Amino acid sequence: MSDKPNKKNTPGKDATKRRKSATSTTSSQKSFKGKTKTTAAKKEDTPTTPTGSATESGPPEDIFPLVLTSKTQELFQCRADEDLTQDNLHKIIKKEEILNDMKMRAAVSDFYPVKQMVMNYPGEELLLVFDRDFKYGQSFYLVGTEDTKERILHPPEPSEEEGVEEEDLLEPFLYKTPEPKPWESLGSSLEIEEESVKDSRCKHRYKISRKRREFGAPVKFTDRNASVVRDGYIECTPYPDKSFSVTKMEMDTGIQAVPQLQETSTQTKWKYPRNACTQYVPREFTDEEKENFMNSQSLKDFINSVALRFEIAVQQNEIMDAFFDDWKALGEDESTFGGKTDTHLKEYQSFTDLYYSKDKAVSCINWHPTIYGIIAVAVSERLSFEDRINLSAKLVLTPSLILIWSFSDPIHPQLLMECPDDICCFEFCPSDPNIIVGGCINGQVVLWDISAYAERLQSTRTGGAKHTPAAVNALPGFEDKNVKKTPIVRYCAVSSIEHGHKAPISDVQWLPDYYEISRQGIPLENKNGICVQIITCAPDCSVNFWDIRPPNVVTQAMTDRKKQEEKHLENPQGIPNTFKHLDLTWKPLIKVGLPRIETSGEYSAVKVSLKDILQEGRLRGITDKSRAAKLEKSDGGLDYGMLRVPSAKNLKTQEDISTTFFVGTEDGELVYSDFKLEKDSDSGKLTSSKPTRCFVIHDGLVTTVKRSPFFKDIVLTVGGWTFAIWKEGLMNGPILQSSASQKKCTVGHWSLSRPGVFFIGKEDGNIDIWDLLEKTHEPSQTQNISTGQITCIKPWIVSSKQHLLAVSDEFGTLHILEIPWTLRHPSSNEKLSVTNYFEREVKHLKYSEKRREFREQEKRDMDAEELRRLSEIVHEKTAEQLEEEVQQEFREYLKLEKCILSDMGLIKPAEDNPLPGV
Amino acid sequence: MEAEVEETLKRIQSQKGVQGIIVVNAEGIPIKTTLDNSTTVQYAAQIHQLVLKARSTVRDMDPQNDLTFLRLRCKKNEIMVAPDKEYFLIVIQNPTD
Repeated sequence: MSDKPNKKNTPGKDATKRRKSATSTTSSQKSFKGKTKTTAAKKEDTPTTPTGSATESGPPEDIFPLVLTSKTQELFQCRADEDLTQDNLHKIIKKEEILNDMKMRAAVSDFYPVKQMVMNYPGEELLLVFDRDFKYGQSFYLVGTEDTKERILHPPEPSEEEGVEEEDLLEPFLYKTPEPKPWESLGSSLEIEEESVKDSRCKHRYKISRKRREFGAPVKFTDRNASVVRDGYIECTPYPDKSFSVTKMEMDTGIQAVPQLQETSTQTKWKYPRNACTQYVPREFTDEEKENFMNSQSLKDFINSVALRFEIAVQQNEIMDAFFDDWKALGEDESTFGGKTDTHLKEYQSFTDLYYSKDKAVSCINWHPTIYGIIAVAVSERLSFEDRINLSAKLVLTPSLILIWSFSDPIHPQLLMECPDDICCFEFCPSDPNIIVGGCINGQVVLWDISAYAERLQSTRTGGAKHTPAAVNALPGFEDKNVKKTPIVRYCAVSSIEHGHKAPISDVQWLPDYYEISRQGIPLENKNGICVQIITCAPDCSVNFWDIRPPNVVTQAMTDRKKQEEKHLENPQGIPNTFKHLDLTWKPLIKVGLPRIETSGEYSAVKVSLKDILQEGRLRGITDKSRAAKLEKSDGGLDYGMLRVPSAKNLKTQEDISTTFFVGTEDGELVYSDFKLEKDSDSGKLTSSKPTRCFVIHDGLVTTVKRSPFFKDIVLTVGGWTFAIWKEGLMNGPILQSSASQKKCTVGHWSLSRPGVFFIGKEDGNIDIWDLLEKTHEPSQTQNISTGQITCIKPWIVSSKQHLLAVSDEFGTLHILEIPWTLRHPSSNEKLSVTNYFEREVKHLKYSEKRREFREQEKRDMDAEELRRLSEIVHEKTAEQLEEEVQQEFREYLKLEKCILSDMGLIKPAEDNPLPGV
Repeated sequence: MEAEVEETLKRIQSQKGVQGIIVVNAEGIPIKTTLDNSTTVQYAAQIHQLVLKARSTVRDMDPQNDLTFLRLRCKKNEIMVAPDKEYFLIVIQNPTD
C-alpha cells in the first residue's frame, strides 16, 4: 500500500502503542478499524503526515493524553462510545470540575498527571477529546491551550486541497476495483528485447557415431614424442605481464614473538597385567661332581687354611658368650634372691558344692583347654570296695557326676555331666574341647559331648549372672523353673561291657592329633588332624587303645549292627548323637597285655605314660585344618560318625613316633613295654610283646607316671612313700629316688613353666614343692592346703602373669592356688642347668652300675680264689708266704671295707684311684 | 685326600654346639653338607650373596684389604663363614646351649 513507505513505523508503532495501552478494552477492535481508517484516508493523510510524523516523536506540547477510568468517564459523562462517539469526539469539561475531582480523589484522580496544566489553564473550560484511534497514545486527551481547543473544535476552512482532503477524510471510504488500462510502454521493452536471447536460426542437429565393427577392436598404443610432432602439446609459456609491473613497495606484516613450541606425540602400548610364574630349582651338583670336588687338591688346601680360624671362633663361642648381657642377668638374679619374698601358693579360689560334692572325694581335675576359668572335677564316693558292694543299692540312686565349675560362680557348678558310675579319671579332647572321655569304676569308657552347652560355658567365662532371655521374656507364673538350675548332660556313649576293661579304669588319655595307631600297633599318619584315639589302662592288666570313629562295616558283628539300627531312632533325653555309632558296642582297637617278664602272670597297670603324648597346657595346633573342616556338621560340631578308620595301607607310617610306654602298676612297679603287636611265631596271632624292663621301686601302688613337659624322656613316678625320676632309655634304675617321707605321697605333677620344679601331694593335705636345682634331699617348700588327702594336682598356665594350680582333696573341695613368681619364673638357663643335672645323675648312675658290676666281678674272683686256697691242703707256709698271706688278707679286708662303705653310700667310689697305702 | 678333608670337617663338627657345616663353591652351589638339602640350599644361596657383598664392601674401602672371616651373631645361633677364592665354608653354631 502506498502509505506504507511513508508511514514506515507508525502502523507498527501505533500498533505497539495500542498493544501497550492496557486500559482500553476495545483496543483490538479499534486498532483494526483504525488501520482501515488510515489506509482509506491515504490521500488525506499525506498532508497531515508532517503532523503525523511529528507524532512519531511524541504528542505535541498542548496535547495531554489521558487515561480515564470508567468511573471518571461516568462522572464527566464522557463514557467511551456512549457519550463520546465517533461523531462526537469532544467534550467540554469545566476546569472547576476537574479541580474538584482532583481535590476529592487526590492522587487517585485520573487528572492528577495533568494537574499543573489544568491549574495554569487560562480558560474556564477544557476540551477533552476521545482519541479513538490512539493518535496520541491514550484513549483520551486533554487539550492544554485555548488555541488548540479552538482549532480542534472549529477546524478552520482548509485550502482547496486541504478542503478536498478534509472532505475526503470525512467521506466514508469506498473500495473501487481498479480498472485495467492499456499498457503504456515507456521504452523498457527495447532494453528487454536487447537482452533477451532469441534463436537466429533453427538449431542444427548432428549425430555422430562410430562404425560398429570398430567396437571392441584391439587397441594399439604407440609412443610418440610430444616435442617432435607439431602441435603435439600446447604450451602456455610464462611471460612478464606489464600490467603487473607495479612492485609492491610496502608490505604490511605482523610478527609475533612466541616461544618455540614443539608438538610431539607417541603412541603407547597398553600393557595389561598378566599372570606369569616361573619355577626355579636351585643349582646342585651331582654326586660325582661332589666327589670330584672333595678329592680336589684345592679344596683340601682351602679347608686346611680355613679350619684354624673356625676352631678359634667356635671355641671362643664355647668359652664365653661375648654378647651376653651381664647387666640384665644381674638384675634377674637379685630379684630371686631376696626381693620377692612371697614364695607361697596363694589361695585364689575354692570350689565346693554342698549338694553334689558332699562326702565325696574328687578323683580327677581337668582344666578346660580353651575357655579360661572353666575347670571340671570328677567326684566319687570315698568308699572301699566292700563298702561299695554293701551300699550298692544306695549308690545306684545317687548319680555320679562330673562338675564343671566356672571362676565366676564358686557356689553353683555350671554344668553337670552324668556318668553311669563313679569316674576315676577323665580328659578333655585336645582338638575338640566339647568331647570328654572318662574312665568309670565299672570298667567302661564314657564319652560326653557338651557342644550344646559350650556357649553357656563361654558366656559364664565373662562372669556375672547374665539374665537368660527366657527369664526376661517369660510371663510370671509360666517361668521355666529349670532355667536357673544347672543343666545335666548325659553321657552319649559308653563302651561295650563285655569288651571293655574288667577293673576300674585308672588312667585315660587322648592320643595326639598327628598320629594314629593301626590294629597292629603301628603308628600311622593321622590324616584327620583331630584326636581320634584314646589309651586307657586298668588294673585288669591291660592297656587298651580305643578309636572314637565307627568301625569298618566288615568287622562289625551282625548283632552289633542290629543294635545300631535300633538305636538309630531313639534319642531319649536329648542326648547328642555324636557317638551314637559307638554306644554300647564300642570295642577297643588294640588290647595290650602286660605279661610279667620273668614269672607268669601280668602286671596290673594303674597309670600309663606314652612318649608322644600331648602335654597339658600345650596344645599342638591342628596341622590339617582343611580335613577337620570337612568333618564339621552344620551346627559346628565335628561329625565323628563320618570318620572312618582308614585302611593301614593308605597311611604313612610315622617313623619318629615311639611305640614304647611306661606303666605304673598296683604293686609299685614301673614297667617299660612296647605296644606294637608282634606276630606270635607259634600261633601266628598278633600278641603284645613282653615288657622290656620292670623296676620295683615304690612301696605302694603307683599313683602318678608323668612325663616332664620340658624333657620327653624324663618321667616322674609317685607311689607309696616315695617318688622317683626316671630317664627313658636308662634301664638301670631311677636317676633320682627320694627318701621315704613321713606321709604317703598321693599324687605328683611337674611344673609347667620351670623344668626343675614339681609338686607332690601328700596324705595329710600338704603339697611339697621340690626344686631340683635347689635341694634334692628334701622339698624346697611345703604348704598345707587342706586336712584331707590330696587327690589330684593340676597346674595351668593362664597367662604369663598368672599360673594357677588346681588341687583337690578327698573332701570334695577344689582349691585353686596361684603360683607365685618365684615358682613360675624359670631362672636363667634353668633348662640347661636341669639338663646338666640329669646328665650328671645319669653318669653317676652309669658309673655306679659299672662299679657294681666291677665289684661283682671282683667278688666272684675273690670267691674263686677263696675256694682255690681252701682246696690247697698242706702247704708249708714260709715266712714270706705267711707275710704275703697276711698282706693278701689285709688287701682283701680293705676291699671288703670299701665295698661295704660304697654299698652304704657313705663314700663315693673314686675313679680308679687305688686306696693309699696299698 | 678326601679323608683328610672329612677328618677336618668332622673335627669342627664335633665341637660343642655346632649345628651344621656347609662347603660351598664360588658360585654358591653346595658341595658338602651335614644339614638337610632344603636348608643347605637356602643357606648356600643367602650366605653366598652376603659374603660377596661383605667382601666388596671391604675391598671398596681399601683395595688392599680382603675379607677373611665373617661372623653373624643371631638370636638363636651364630653363622660363621670363611671365604676363599674358590670355596666358602659355612658353620652354624649354637653357642649358648
